[in-house]
Amino acid sequence: MTGPGRAGGEWVIVVHEAVKTYSVGSVAVHALRGVSLAVERGDWIAIMGASGSGKTTLMNILGCLDIPTSGHYMLDGIDVSTLDDRELAEVRNSKIGFVFQSFNLLARTTALQNVELPLIYAGVKGRERRRRAMLALDAVGLSDRVEHVPSELSGGQQQRVAVARAIATDPALILADEPTGNLDTVSTSDVLSLFGRLNSEGRTIVMITHEPEVTDHAKRVVRLRDGMVIEDRRQAPVSGPPPLYAAGAPSSVAAAR
Amino acid sequence: MRTKESIKIAVRAILGNGLRSALTMLGILIGVGAVIMLVAVGNGSSVAVQKQIQSLGTNTLIVNRQGGFGPAAGGRSRTGTISRTTDLTMKDVAALRDKGMNPDIKAVAPTLMAQSVTGTYRDATYSPAQFIGTSAEYAEIRNYKVASGSFFSNDDVENHARVVVLGQTTVTNLFGTGVDPVGATVKFGNINMQVVGMLARKGSNGAQDLDDVAMAPVTIVQDSFSGISTSLNNITIEATSRKAMDLASSEVTTTLLGTHRITNGTPDFSVLNQGTLLETSQSTNRVFTVLLGAVAAISLFVGGIGVMNIMLVTVTERTREIGVRKAIGATKVDILTQFLVEAVLLSVLGGLVGVGAGLAGSRFKVVGVTPVVAPYSVFLAFGVAVVVGLFFGIYPANRAASLRPIEALRYE
Repeated sequence: MTGPGRAGGEWVIVVHEAVKTYSVGSVAVHALRGVSLAVERGDWIAIMGASGSGKTTLMNILGCLDIPTSGHYMLDGIDVSTLDDRELAEVRNSKIGFVFQSFNLLARTTALQNVELPLIYAGVKGRERRRRAMLALDAVGLSDRVEHVPSELSGGQQQRVAVARAIATDPALILADEPTGNLDTVSTSDVLSLFGRLNSEGRTIVMITHEPEVTDHAKRVVRLRDGMVIEDRRQAPVSGPPPLYAAGAPSSVAAAR
Repeated sequence: MRTKESIKIAVRAILGNGLRSALTMLGILIGVGAVIMLVAVGNGSSVAVQKQIQSLGTNTLIVNRQGGFGPAAGGRSRTGTISRTTDLTMKDVAALRDKGMNPDIKAVAPTLMAQSVTGTYRDATYSPAQFIGTSAEYAEIRNYKVASGSFFSNDDVENHARVVVLGQTTVTNLFGTGVDPVGATVKFGNINMQVVGMLARKGSNGAQDLDDVAMAPVTIVQDSFSGISTSLNNITIEATSRKAMDLASSEVTTTLLGTHRITNGTPDFSVLNQGTLLETSQSTNRVFTVLLGAVAAISLFVGGIGVMNIMLVTVTERTREIGVRKAIGATKVDILTQFLVEAVLLSVLGGLVGVGAGLAGSRFKVVGVTPVVAPYSVFLAFGVAVVVGLFFGIYPANRAASLRPIEALRYE
């Protein structure tokens, strides 16, 4: 865990008065009307909101896929709003691990190769890359499925490969967009307990969801409406385990399966 | 990202869409193959014509009766008002042999082609493609070597000697393979002629078998085989050197204008200069080859458009993949490289197979022409294929690289 600003603070995300305005034709759409949000290292936040509330826009900004029209965003001590395309790509690679609703694994590509992908862009080579990818797959309990391609894996397993890909570069932040949206209840609790374990190991998670039973797992819930934060509720302290995670249960992943 | 990774990814993408990739490569393959093959055909025909011209001998001038290139029709049609003055005669030959008048002429030989003369030896009969009446200089000018025996001498020409020299094909047909015919007597038409020599093998000049000949003194051929004609078909002349050919040519013209008593300066004969002939044929062939190459190049270009087309489809199809790659840290350059490498790889693979196909195709005769592969065409075609891949790959690759990750990820 190295990187500029890492030593500097316990804040992974600091968003100050972020405004995002799109122009659709001649009409200006105010997606974010001044959102401020600070996320501490080791926290697990669920961001909720109806469609049109601005949660996707916030997610894109947090993921460095988009930049705010005005306001500041510091990610892990770096002022992201001043970076160019290339530097943003680098930040996404080293600081953020994405988990998508539809998994977004590369087809016809083995689990191992999928997990190696961010390491390739990070410039990690050969044996070391393979070792780290194996480590990540091991962490999600899929070390026996490394040579399987996505079509040979269940939805839950595919999402776990995606999580392995997200943690392969050891990022400061895991950004999950509706990670359980495409999963059945068994796979959902499977993935959530995996998040629980990663969080209890100290990883920071920001998760977008609209399912209340999923938000129950987070330590903190932020609710958006019309581009503004209308509720910010803490469910459990930052230090300590997440609310519904049974600490000490050794292999919650395997048990859930 | 390292190029090695880009190539790996590209190979995986190409293999993943086997049929489509193969069809795309086929376009390039046909283009490259066609360039190599058609240029080889053009080149081959050029080589064949040059061989034909060179088989005339070196530094050769040929005097024909007015009417241009090729053996005259035997002279029988030339009767009436113009008759004798248009003939080429032994007098002309004698005048051309005058060193004082013609310092740049090295040797002069008359040629008189006898029509369909059949030779008989025991049970075998055979008509050589050419039965040539000439003089001793002919062997030297046309570069015929004697394999056995000797060529007839100019004494034989003087004496109307009944002697003959045979080419290898004629010998094989009359005597069988590996027989030395020297000393035997062959009946040509209804006179018996003694074989005094057998020519060394000369092969083909691309149009005719140079070994399918019989040669006899011009005098005996005039006596016995050419009917009432008194004209020679042509006179073959060797200049002293390549540089002297133009001088020799004008000397020939002056001399023959004299012997033909022409005062108005319009010759009734034509002098064919081998050097000019070579140049003309070369420039004609160059145009021919360039035309063929251009047609083939168009197909290569069309193949390039095929690459572009399929790359655009690929980019659209893999929009989500591009979004994912960008989200997890691929830069614009990474994506650009990836798709460019894929396009170039398609055309390189297609080009390589095309080179193989072109070389293989050039082994077959095409409308009577043996193709001769021009090395430059191989490199050129392959190089152009690579450039075509690069050129037509840039647009799709750039389109992929410019995709905004948010939109790419949302793409269905």
